[in-house]
Amino acid sequence: MSKMKAVYGEDKGSYTAKLRTKSMILTIWFIFLTIVCLLPMYILIINATRSSTEIANGISFIPGTNLFKNIKKLFGDVNYNTVFNVWIGYRNSFFITAFSTIFTVFFSAMTAYGIHVYDFKLKEISYTVILLVMMVPMQVTSAGFVAFMLKLKLTDTYWPLILPAIAAPAVVYFMRSYMKSSFPLDIVEAARIDGCSEFRTFVSIAIPMMKPAIAVQAIFAFIASWNNFYTPNMILISSKFKQKTLPMMISAVQASDKFTDYGAIYLAIALSILPIVIIYIILSKFIIAGVALGGVKE
Amino acid sequence: MASAAQRRIKSISYAKYGYLFILPFFIVYFFFQLWPLINTFILSFQDNKTGDFIGFDNFKTILAGAGGRAARNVSKSFYKSFGNTVLLWCGNFIPQIALSLSLAVWFTEANLKIPGKGFFKIVMYLPNIITAASVAVLFLQLCGEAVNTPGSLNLLLSKLGIVKHDTVSDKYDTIKFITGTAQARGVVMFIQTWLWFGNTMIMLMSGIQGINPSLFEAASIDGATSGQVFRKITLPLLSPIMAYTLVTSMIGGLQMFDIPYLYHKDPNNVNKDLKTVAVYIYEYFHDQTDPKMGYAGAASVILFIITLILGCIAFYLTRDKDEIAKKKQRKKAAQQLKQQNKQFGGLSL
Repeated sequence: MSKMKAVYGEDKGSYTAKLRTKSMILTIWFIFLTIVCLLPMYILIINATRSSTEIANGISFIPGTNLFKNIKKLFGDVNYNTVFNVWIGYRNSFFITAFSTIFTVFFSAMTAYGIHVYDFKLKEISYTVILLVMMVPMQVTSAGFVAFMLKLKLTDTYWPLILPAIAAPAVVYFMRSYMKSSFPLDIVEAARIDGCSEFRTFVSIAIPMMKPAIAVQAIFAFIASWNNFYTPNMILISSKFKQKTLPMMISAVQASDKFTDYGAIYLAIALSILPIVIIYIILSKFIIAGVALGGVKE
Repeated sequence: MASAAQRRIKSISYAKYGYLFILPFFIVYFFFQLWPLINTFILSFQDNKTGDFIGFDNFKTILAGAGGRAARNVSKSFYKSFGNTVLLWCGNFIPQIALSLSLAVWFTEANLKIPGKGFFKIVMYLPNIITAASVAVLFLQLCGEAVNTPGSLNLLLSKLGIVKHDTVSDKYDTIKFITGTAQARGVVMFIQTWLWFGNTMIMLMSGIQGINPSLFEAASIDGATSGQVFRKITLPLLSPIMAYTLVTSMIGGLQMFDIPYLYHKDPNNVNKDLKTVAVYIYEYFHDQTDPKMGYAGAASVILFIITLILGCIAFYLTRDKDEIAKKKQRKKAAQQLKQQNKQFGGLSL
C-alpha cells in the first residue's frame, strides 16, 4: 500500500503540479496576446482624447482632456469636415449595407429553398454551378465589371453595390446545408394540402424555420458589406463627397494633406470603427459560433 | 394511405416553381458576375486604347515584356507585385497558422484550467471584424516615422530605449516603419496576422472538437504526452481542415488589397514594395486619365487561372470521401452486372 502510494501518489502530485504550471504559463501567454490585440485600439481611443502636440510628444495610457476640442475641430473646421463627415459616411454605409444584407439573406434562402424543395431537371447542375463559382474572387472580375458598368452608365450610383448582393453563392451553400439537416419536406406538403401557395409557404413557413441560419449569415453579410472598401472605391469613380461610404472617408483622411491634427485623425478613425465594434460586443457569441460552423467540414 | 388530395398533389408538377425560386439568383449572377468575368476575358484580348482585337499581345507584354521599354516595365512591375503578394502572404500565413494551431490545441485541451476562455476567444477574433481601411490608416498613424513628431510606436520604443531621442534638437532617430522596405512589409505582415489569427484559430478549434473524443481518452489512458497526442492524433486528423485553411488563405492572399493599398505616406503613389497583384490590376483599370483595360484584363485572367487551380485543390481536399467511395462501389457493381450479363450472352437469367 505504502509502496503504491509512493509510486502513484507522487506521480499524480507532480502531474497536477505540471498541469498547473502549464495552465499558468498559458494564461500569461493568452493575456499577452489579449494585450497585443487590444493595444492598438486602446492607444487609438486614448489618442482621440489628446491634443496633437501631446500625441507627438509622448505616449500615454491615460485619457487626455482634449476630446471636445477634437470633436469641435473634426465637425466644425472646414479643412476637416469637407474631407471626413462621419454622418454622411454612416448614412451611406448603412444604406448600402442594410439593403445588401437583406437581399443576400432573402434571395440566398430563396435559392436554397428552390434547390432543396423542388425536383427539376437542372437542379443538380445549378447547385454544382453555385459551388463552382463560390471561389471566384471579386478582384478577378472587377476589370470587366467596371467596364460593363461604365457602358451601362451605372458607375457613381449605388445599384452596382447593392444588386450583386442577390447572388451570394457561399450563403446559398450554407443555407442549403442547413436546410438539408433541419427542414423536412413533409412540411411543404402539409402546407400544400392546406392550400398555401408556394411562395407563401416559403415566406411564412420556411423563413421562420431558418431563422438561426439567416441570423448568422445576416451578421456576416452585414460586416462584410460595411467593411467593403474595394467595390465602392472602384464603382463611385468620381468620389463625390455626398456619396462616399465610411471606408472611403477614412481613405480620404489618409490622402488629405490638410488633415494634420493628430487628435482629429485618431478621433475620425475611432468614429469609423465604433458602430462595428458595438455590434460585435453585442453579438460576439453568435459571431464566434458562426465562424466555428464554417470550420466544420464533414 | 394517401388521400385523394395527396394523390392529386403528387401528380402536379412543381418543377416550374423550382426554376422560379432560383431565377433571381442566376439572373443577377449572370449580369454582375458571369458577364463581368467573360468581359474581363474579352478585355484581355483587346488593345488598351482602341479596343481592337490583338490576340495574346497583352499576355505577352505582361508575362514576357514583349514590345519595347514600356512593355518591359509593365512586365517587371507585374512580377514584382506578384512577388510582393507571395512574400506578404507567406509572412502572414506562417506566424498565423503557428499561432492559431497552438492556441486551438491549448483551448481545447480539457485538463488545462484556463479561466475566461470565452473572453480570450472574443478578444482574439475582434481585429477581424474591424474595417480594414480603418486599420490601415490607424497603423499608418501609430507607425509614424517623422523625426520631430513620431508615431506612438516609435515613442513607445524610445521609452524602452530602443529608439534614440536627441534632447538638444528634440529629434528622434526613428525606425522607418512606413518607407523602409523590410519594415513596411513587416508591419503589413503583422497587420494581416493580427487580423486573421483569431478567425483561423476558431476554425481549427471546431475542427479539433470534431475529432472523436474517445481517441484522446484512449491516448491519455495509454499515458501519451500532450506532444505525442498532438503529433499522432490531432495533426493527422486535422490535416484536411488545415489544407482547406491553407488554400482559402492563399486565395484570400491573392486578393489582398485594402491594407497594401492604403499603407503609404505619399498621397499619390502606393508603396511599390507593398504593391500586390490586386493593387496592380486596380491601378490599371481605375486610372482616370489613361486606363489600361487590356493589361488589367490580362492580369485578371492570370489571377483567375491561379485561383482556379487553388480552388480545385481545395475542392479535392474537402470532397466527401465516403460519398465518392460509395459512388465507386455502385459503379463497380453495375459493371460487374454488365459483365455477368455479357457472360450469358446478354440473357438475364
